[in-house]
Amino acid sequence: MDKILMMGNAAIARGAYEAGVKVSSAYPGTPSTEVSENLVKYKDDIYCEWAPNEKVATEVAIGANVAGVRSMAVMKHVGFNVAADPTYTVSYMGVNGGLMIVVADDPGLYSSQNEQDTRMVSRAAKLPVFEPSDSQEAKDFVKIGYEVGQKFDRPFVLRTTTRLGHSQGFVTLVDREEVEDKAYTREVVKNVMMPGNAKARHTIIEEKMRELAEAANALSINKVEMKDTKIGIITSGIPYTYVKEALPEASVLKLGMVYPLPKKKIADFANKVDKLYIVEELNPFIEEQVKAMGIDCIGKEIFSNEGELSSNIIKKAILGENPEIVAYDKLPGRPPILCPGCPHRSTYYVMKKLGIKAAGDIGCYTLGAVAPLSVVDTTICMGASISSLHGMEKAKGKDYIKDWVAVIGDSTFLHTGMNSLLNMVYNQSSGTVVILDNSTTGMTGHQDNPATGKNIYGDPAPQVDLVTLCKGIGVKNVRVVNSFDLPELEKALKEETAREEVSVIISQSPCVLLTKGKKPYYKALSDKCKKCGMCLKPGCPALTKNEDNTITIDDTMCTGCGLCFDLCKFNAIEYVPLEK
Amino acid sequence: METKNIMIVGVGGQGTLLTSRVLGNLAEEAGYDVKISEVHGMAQRGGSVVTYVRFGDKVEEPIVEEGMADVIIAFERLEALRYFHYLKKGGSIILNDQRIDPMPVVIGAAKYPEGIIEELKSKVDLHVVDAMSEAKKLGNSRVFNMIVLGMAAHYMSFPTEMWKKVIQKTVPHKTIDLNLKAFDVGYSLVK
Repeated sequence: MDKILMMGNAAIARGAYEAGVKVSSAYPGTPSTEVSENLVKYKDDIYCEWAPNEKVATEVAIGANVAGVRSMAVMKHVGFNVAADPTYTVSYMGVNGGLMIVVADDPGLYSSQNEQDTRMVSRAAKLPVFEPSDSQEAKDFVKIGYEVGQKFDRPFVLRTTTRLGHSQGFVTLVDREEVEDKAYTREVVKNVMMPGNAKARHTIIEEKMRELAEAANALSINKVEMKDTKIGIITSGIPYTYVKEALPEASVLKLGMVYPLPKKKIADFANKVDKLYIVEELNPFIEEQVKAMGIDCIGKEIFSNEGELSSNIIKKAILGENPEIVAYDKLPGRPPILCPGCPHRSTYYVMKKLGIKAAGDIGCYTLGAVAPLSVVDTTICMGASISSLHGMEKAKGKDYIKDWVAVIGDSTFLHTGMNSLLNMVYNQSSGTVVILDNSTTGMTGHQDNPATGKNIYGDPAPQVDLVTLCKGIGVKNVRVVNSFDLPELEKALKEETAREEVSVIISQSPCVLLTKGKKPYYKALSDKCKKCGMCLKPGCPALTKNEDNTITIDDTMCTGCGLCFDLCKFNAIEYVPLEK
Repeated sequence: METKNIMIVGVGGQGTLLTSRVLGNLAEEAGYDVKISEVHGMAQRGGSVVTYVRFGDKVEEPIVEEGMADVIIAFERLEALRYFHYLKKGGSIILNDQRIDPMPVVIGAAKYPEGIIEELKSKVDLHVVDAMSEAKKLGNSRVFNMIVLGMAAHYMSFPTEMWKKVIQKTVPHKTIDLNLKAFDVGYSLVK
């Protein structure tokens, strides 16, 4: 069979294909996005889609499962919170066709607003959790999960982390298993979760979880590797690979299913080793349960609750090894920034000029919080810009938010922002919402959404009209402005923030990364430059200040957006059109 | 074979991902086990990015630990300095001589370190190339990463024929000749 190099997320998609999955719904979110992007390859066998949010995606998958096919929903860890409502209850319902929820955690916060641990949420929802440690397992655990889930009537969570999802390793492919659809039969006690039925189902699923915990002792992916018995390690997922590298001679109990735990196997293993360590990233999830069993072990006493582990960290914590590493300190940091030519930059520049603060949201435009733009004051979760601005007004009155707006991207607005806007209208807010409409879901790598006019396959799809949508919700003042039209933006922001009614400004210009290939650029003319520094104010990375305070524009980075050109009062910046 | 640890460091958007794809395919072609770990998402927006490539008989963890890198391929000067401590004793750095000011430098909150090349040269085996200019000579600045790879090829014990075969398989069809030329330019720069 074919053996190919595959990213963890691509392997999960392949696993879904091989396991006979037929329906997938997802909302993009780093580090989970590539699962769905890779599912597109299997379009003849799997229907997949981008949903407007994770709650919708999960419900779509639940419906497909009720109808009798293997289905899945994919999201990042914070998206799992959005999906919590259906998740906690579908747990009571159990499965028909089979249901997997892929949830990607982000230890180390490479691209997230928190470091929450999906294992804790899954446990609270009483869902089995599978955790692969490399691409091969990422693929294989999908099928195992469906088999276990179907046997014990459980939906299940496939938990990954950034390191797993974005690492590549070899994967051996097998053919797709054509799973026969389960018949749909009306089963009110199982599928209608009203109090009486849910109460009965709760009893059943508690029993199912006990049975599964027992079966976990014999589950092949919970595997013991007995070697030297001085040190025993219980671990799972990516940390397993760090353990193998750091302590190749140690005995290891590697858990492929991290919830519910195989208690007998753990007790057995603990008995055989002199000293037992639990090696896991983020929360002491396994550790606390092992300690609750009355087993002596060491975990978070020597490991952090934060960030990723590594073999060096394990060597240091367990063996006390401390190799001398001298790094250069006090180097200037290199935080992410808005790209050259990003339309958010010009919108923010105008807001900054007017002294407007922003309640922010989740997307590239969160980067408006950092200098020199420093416009965004808050960022919480998807949709929160609009609702939190409303809360500020209700706390402090209309005048308090005269110099505030909410900023939110097109995809985030459709995710959960529009509910918040409805609340603003309904409860008579006077706030201003700026929708930064760049015609894509930018941060996660340009996925389509209901406003782009294309579906996940790139095929034409109905396109929601944001103006009509906002008006339909009841916003009377909606205006559309080109993000690079500075005077028009300034006028709109001044007028709408002064207005004592809800208003929406749609600042529109496509993400600069959507168009590939050579672009025109601008050139700085040092002889005309008066060194005033105006062009540097928006913080475009293509511009550098020279020793003599004139500037240089990097022609490979410049995209020809013209923001610096518009700001220069001395004609010291010149347009260089594309060569024909 | 003992596991080889390669790091590719640079600034998000510089196109480091093609480089790691070539290395991954190369290790595969040579019959090694390989793991590659990349950064996606927010850091790709102009942040400091690092890719790990490890190959050998059996590779467990997908990341390169501090003090363990055999070769660091750096696409930007400051980033070479930032990840310098990942290099093992006797390791080599291939540096594309480009300076990209990070935002703290642009706004005057920090200074871009001076004398990075001299500093690194005094400590390790360092090879510097202005790959962007070399690539422009070939007519397309975007193949600069293949020039850097050509230099790095000296440190990875794969036959040049295998490099070329893999490059042909990895890059877009239209750009094969240009990329092969760029690789040759890079290869000839290390004596």
